[in-house]
Amino acid sequence: MSTAPTRRNWVPYALLLPGLLWLALFYLTPMFTLGSQSLQEGNVYDGYRLTGNVSVYPQAVEAYWPQLIRSLGYAATATVLALLLAFPLAYFMAQRAGRWKNILLILVIAPFFTSFLIRTLAWRLILGEGSWVSELAQRTGATTLLQWLGLITSDSLLNTRFAVIMGLTYNFLPFMILPLFAALERLDPRLVEAARDLYASGWQTFRRVIWPLSLPGVVAGTLLTFIPAAGDYINSRWLGNTQTVMIGQVIDSLFLRVLDYPQAAALSFILLVLIVTMVAVYVRPAGTEELV
Amino acid sequence: MADAESVRAVASAGRQPGEHLGAPSSAQSGAQSGDLVCEGLRKEFAGFVAVENLDLWVPRGSFFALPGPSGCGKTTTLRMVAGLEEPTAGRILLGNDDITKVRAYRRNVNTVFQSYALFPHLRIIDNVAFGLRRRGDKDALAKAQAALEMVQLGHAAKKRPNQLSGGMQQRGALARALVNRPEVLLLDEPLGALDLKLRRQMQLELKRIQAEVGLTFVHVTHDQEEAMTMADTVAVMNAGRLEQLGDPATLYDHPASTFVANFLGQSNLLLATITGPPDGAGMCSAQTHGSPLLLSAQAVPEGIGEVYVGVRPEKLRIGTDGGPNRLRGLVTDASFTGVAIQFQVRLPWGLEVSVVQPNDGSPRPQVGETVDVSWSPGQEFVLDAAQDEDAGVVREVA
Repeated sequence: MSTAPTRRNWVPYALLLPGLLWLALFYLTPMFTLGSQSLQEGNVYDGYRLTGNVSVYPQAVEAYWPQLIRSLGYAATATVLALLLAFPLAYFMAQRAGRWKNILLILVIAPFFTSFLIRTLAWRLILGEGSWVSELAQRTGATTLLQWLGLITSDSLLNTRFAVIMGLTYNFLPFMILPLFAALERLDPRLVEAARDLYASGWQTFRRVIWPLSLPGVVAGTLLTFIPAAGDYINSRWLGNTQTVMIGQVIDSLFLRVLDYPQAAALSFILLVLIVTMVAVYVRPAGTEELV
Repeated sequence: MADAESVRAVASAGRQPGEHLGAPSSAQSGAQSGDLVCEGLRKEFAGFVAVENLDLWVPRGSFFALPGPSGCGKTTTLRMVAGLEEPTAGRILLGNDDITKVRAYRRNVNTVFQSYALFPHLRIIDNVAFGLRRRGDKDALAKAQAALEMVQLGHAAKKRPNQLSGGMQQRGALARALVNRPEVLLLDEPLGALDLKLRRQMQLELKRIQAEVGLTFVHVTHDQEEAMTMADTVAVMNAGRLEQLGDPATLYDHPASTFVANFLGQSNLLLATITGPPDGAGMCSAQTHGSPLLLSAQAVPEGIGEVYVGVRPEKLRIGTDGGPNRLRGLVTDASFTGVAIQFQVRLPWGLEVSVVQPNDGSPRPQVGETVDVSWSPGQEFVLDAAQDEDAGVVREVA
């Protein structure tokens, strides 16, 4: 009898172990390497020496702050757009779709069967000169509106700010839909009926009942969209221009083309700290107490 | 017996569209303010009719119960009144206003849901204040607190629903609906999830609150006993139709159909033939399997030869002192329930009748003994035999 509780005591730790080992090997170690890399001086051919040169951080910020700000701005815009697109869709799927629910879920996941890069390249065709989307945008005057919003500069949709944000929105949309779907599927439709019964109009029902109860999904979805979108380097590279370069693209080229490892490592850390800070500020008010 | 007549008249009127059921014929002229009226209400779902041509008149301030087995359309009726379901045909009137097309959130009607449907992200007090706030009541919190005090939940105001027991949640849901002082309060099996003891307690509580606030309560339940205990008026529904409407005692003593006879309590139904016209003393003679019976003529429908004579178990007596109607049979079972003893007595033609005898010290026959079972004329009800004998039999589920 006495062995059972003792046995159970170490089981949770044993279950934690593989994950912890994995994180230690493939997360903490590279983080440490990256951190030390940012404080080294030298070049690829002669090798690097750890000199504790912290001035690389202010230098990196000074050189690349527009790309940093732009990345966060694009990612935030794409996250808001994805939320606006995903919420009604997820609500319909979770509450109204009935037997279509599973088919819709498969359709949401279907893009993952193709690689990220190919999907992004497909957007070049969708937005390119002479595509029906671009024709339609020109004919309906949507291009004028986008120009007025400063999202495109000429009549062309491709290689613009607009294209980058669309690409980000499209690529990370499933990461918004799935958590929202999970949260909204748990929403008891009788609560919506109760709200209607208690004099709440459609908007008030959404504002006071549906939205608060879907917050866990909203928080998870926005994080899963915002974080990878902020660090993305594929959409800005293939759908943007020299004025839409994002920080991921900068880090990518510093590492692989310029071969300035310390600066690239420093920028990576700056992005990490920025995102962690923003997420912490964001999650706190929506903290556990509000999340049911 | 005049009651029986009027009840039957009312129940048959239910099949004629447009007639107001349950309207005390002349005393009430036209709809009073706040009366709830359903006219020819019908609801079809894909493939089946949930409610068929329902006419109801619920006077303001009454405690109205809609019992019926599951699937009889009672909840659909309630949802149509609440505005959560749109009728296929018919009208719903609240006072003089036709609310058939009015959206749920604009109706001055509130519901206590079977599942309570308390908002899990709000404290109990905010749940209760929800309706008041939507209507812009400046005094919402104070009123909500008062409503919570009324259901003895004042101390739990700051708790979340999931921190409360089932009974407390139930009272919270009641307070949330009551606090809005709706013209009609709809209760959809509100006690269904509670255990028996709490149920009894809440039944009394609900009745007390209804008397206190004077609102119209429409209570849907599958529990016939609950309906009879609580309501002033009971409208029994079956298969989307209204079977019978009246006060609980009338429905119990003079059911208009085998369905009502079996659904409300237990009934012994004896197939009998009327053998003669009423005599001078207001009695009719009849025969069941060769045994002569004497029935109160007022209970016997005219022009019908084959009837079911229904006698409630507690109106039968073991022995011959119950009255002139006597049947002999074999005791097959006796179960002691404390207040009473229930006997099963098998008559010579195989029918088993139940006899409930109070535990008053009278001699108890043993199983296997042959006994007389008796009752006096007037204790029975008489129904047309051209209907299903087993309609509305409630199968006891342990």
